[in-house]
Amino acid sequence: MSTPAPAAARSVSQADATRPSPLRLYGLWVAAAVVLAVLPYVLRAPAAVPVVNQMGIAVVFALSYNMLLGQGGMLSFGHAVYFGFGGFFAAHALNLAARQGLWLPVPLVPIMGGLGGLLFAAVVGSFSTNRAGTVFAMISLGIAEMMAASSLIFDRFFGGEEGITTNRAKAASLGGLSFTTDRDVYYLIAFWALVSAGVMYGFSRTPAGRMANAVRDNPERAEFVGYSQRWVRYVSFCASGLFAGVAGGLFAVNYEILTAENMGLGASGAVLLMTYIGGIGTFAGPILGAIVFTFLQSMLSDYTSVWLLYLGLVFLAVVLFVPFGLAGVLAMHGPASRNRRLGRLVGPYAAAAAVMLIAVIGLIGCLEMVYFFVSAPAGQVTKRLFWLTVNVRTATPWLAFLALIVLGGLGMRWAGPRAAAAFADANLQHPDR
Amino acid sequence: MLELVFFSTLNGLVYGTLLFMLASGLTLIFGMMGVLNFAHAAFYMLGAYFAYTISLYTGFWPGLVVAPLAVGLLGALTERYGLRLVHRFGHVAELIFTFGVAIVIGEIVQLVWGRPAKSYEVPAVLDFPLFQLFRSSFPAYKAFMLGISAAIFLFLFAILTRTRAGLIIQASLTHPGTVGMLGHNVPRIFMIVFGIGSALAGLAGVIAGPVLGTFPGMAQVLGSIVFVVVVIGGLGSLTGAFVASVLIGIVQTFAVALNISVGGVASAVGIPVESLPALHDLWRVTVAQVAPILPYVLLVLVLIVRPTGLFGTRES
Repeated sequence: MSTPAPAAARSVSQADATRPSPLRLYGLWVAAAVVLAVLPYVLRAPAAVPVVNQMGIAVVFALSYNMLLGQGGMLSFGHAVYFGFGGFFAAHALNLAARQGLWLPVPLVPIMGGLGGLLFAAVVGSFSTNRAGTVFAMISLGIAEMMAASSLIFDRFFGGEEGITTNRAKAASLGGLSFTTDRDVYYLIAFWALVSAGVMYGFSRTPAGRMANAVRDNPERAEFVGYSQRWVRYVSFCASGLFAGVAGGLFAVNYEILTAENMGLGASGAVLLMTYIGGIGTFAGPILGAIVFTFLQSMLSDYTSVWLLYLGLVFLAVVLFVPFGLAGVLAMHGPASRNRRLGRLVGPYAAAAAVMLIAVIGLIGCLEMVYFFVSAPAGQVTKRLFWLTVNVRTATPWLAFLALIVLGGLGMRWAGPRAAAAFADANLQHPDR
Repeated sequence: MLELVFFSTLNGLVYGTLLFMLASGLTLIFGMMGVLNFAHAAFYMLGAYFAYTISLYTGFWPGLVVAPLAVGLLGALTERYGLRLVHRFGHVAELIFTFGVAIVIGEIVQLVWGRPAKSYEVPAVLDFPLFQLFRSSFPAYKAFMLGISAAIFLFLFAILTRTRAGLIIQASLTHPGTVGMLGHNVPRIFMIVFGIGSALAGLAGVIAGPVLGTFPGMAQVLGSIVFVVVVIGGLGSLTGAFVASVLIGIVQTFAVALNISVGGVASAVGIPVESLPALHDLWRVTVAQVAPILPYVLLVLVLIVRPTGLFGTRES
């Protein structure tokens, strides 16, 4: 039996059953706004604000990607093209504004980015949304490769290998706002991220957004209801391009430089990774994925040079074991929480987490030793790993870390089924309801 | 001119048949499981690196046999313990899984062998010009590549159409349910085909490594092109894959050899394009510069006009 995107189907079902109170409707958004407003005052570390800025951009980008993958069922391998195109568009607009050719204050630059993304999506979508599935995925890959190669040919617009630089300080000011520090830019990004997320959430509740779900699940039936599946996909595609462009515009304002790399296959792969890790079945999934991915990216790269390998392994583990993503896992615990049985899960989960940690430590130890063994300067044989100093030319540390992997793996065979059984038990309908 | 045409055709054939070795496995795997295997080019890269490491100890020739076998085994394991588990979550999950495998293999290659290119060399026995025509010569190693590719093509064709095992494979391409009813272990057939496809990709890596370079980006260089070949030829069609491989191979080698720009042609005909400076970049572009884009333009055009590909019968 084929069950296409089981997690994705859930996003439609729970809505509209009862009309929730205004507090429930808007409370979350107001809370998000308050958190975003005070966040820079809570974060004391100087390096934190740039990371949060990066997260904000990634959130908008990942949400726009999920409009395609999660809500529209269109797997794209070239979403960074619209991000990059919007970014280049915004950077050129900002440069034009700096030369007094255009009145464009910095806070409105993301709109220019959105227009750029929308423009390009409207062109590409006119032929790529004819079909979904493999054909759509392959066209998106083709367009991505074409743009990657074109960006080196058309260097008036893409700036060749150096890219396009811009300067946000030279544009016109709006109401005396200036954007000199990371914190100023933070508020700009936070504002646009919140607005974009709100509009994208709103879009998923409109008839157009609902029809995107319908076309994803069963295009034939949607056609019988009287909707053109092509047109529905086209509308989703353009909206997705618009918000990818907004994210690109935010990127242009934040980093003041755009290169061909921003629209390459690597960037497109990253947005697929973060969206899928977060979970494509819920609206909050990509937000969570973007935050976790950016955090891992900036933290791990400080500690290890093989961080992309760890990220890839995490991604594989998510695809293999929790295809609903992180947000999907949280959502799965809804029934247990309503049954007030979450407490029963703590013990089995802690046991499973403990044995998994043992295996992960073993794996990290082995991979880091391999890396050190291959690329350490000649003559250097000891490495600091976790809390020990190990000599990679002796067998003991290798055997020890391998033993940890085996031990953790065996432990998982014991603890895994127990955690699953506890989960199933906690989800059973409560007897007195 | 004749020299250019002759050598471009020969080089195009060598490149095209190499593409076919990758594309044949990919299209068979797709035909069977409906999965476009993103990790295919990663297996090709692994083949080259395995053979390089083997060649350090024993020379070129043992690697030609051992490396593809090892890659094939890895491929079969990937299918058995990875892809098969993801299968129940649908095709998108399978596609995304292979995408993840490609990333992880790429990173492991960088971890184990490092970033710089490896000096994986053409064996000394084959390191001489085979013949000389006009002012250019044709290396013997390229003829060897052509020979291996042709042999693989004939071998595959014979196996698939002349043996019982080939008939079962062909039947499970279109009617997996019926083949299962007849008592064949279809999941095991899937695993074997995945393994053979990966081994072919590994073999392509072994023989291409010395010519196209053995470096961590080699999977990306060929990966997308192979997709183009498989899609243009028609997903699941071996004949289509062969025709499209040779077509793409020849188109690309010819395009690289030509140095004509749109603006140059236009001014030769008498159209004053230089009066439109806004499109300056466009006029200056030469065919050689466009060569890397051509396969993708072809891909998008084919998908728009005929989504089943040239020889295919279905879209997904």
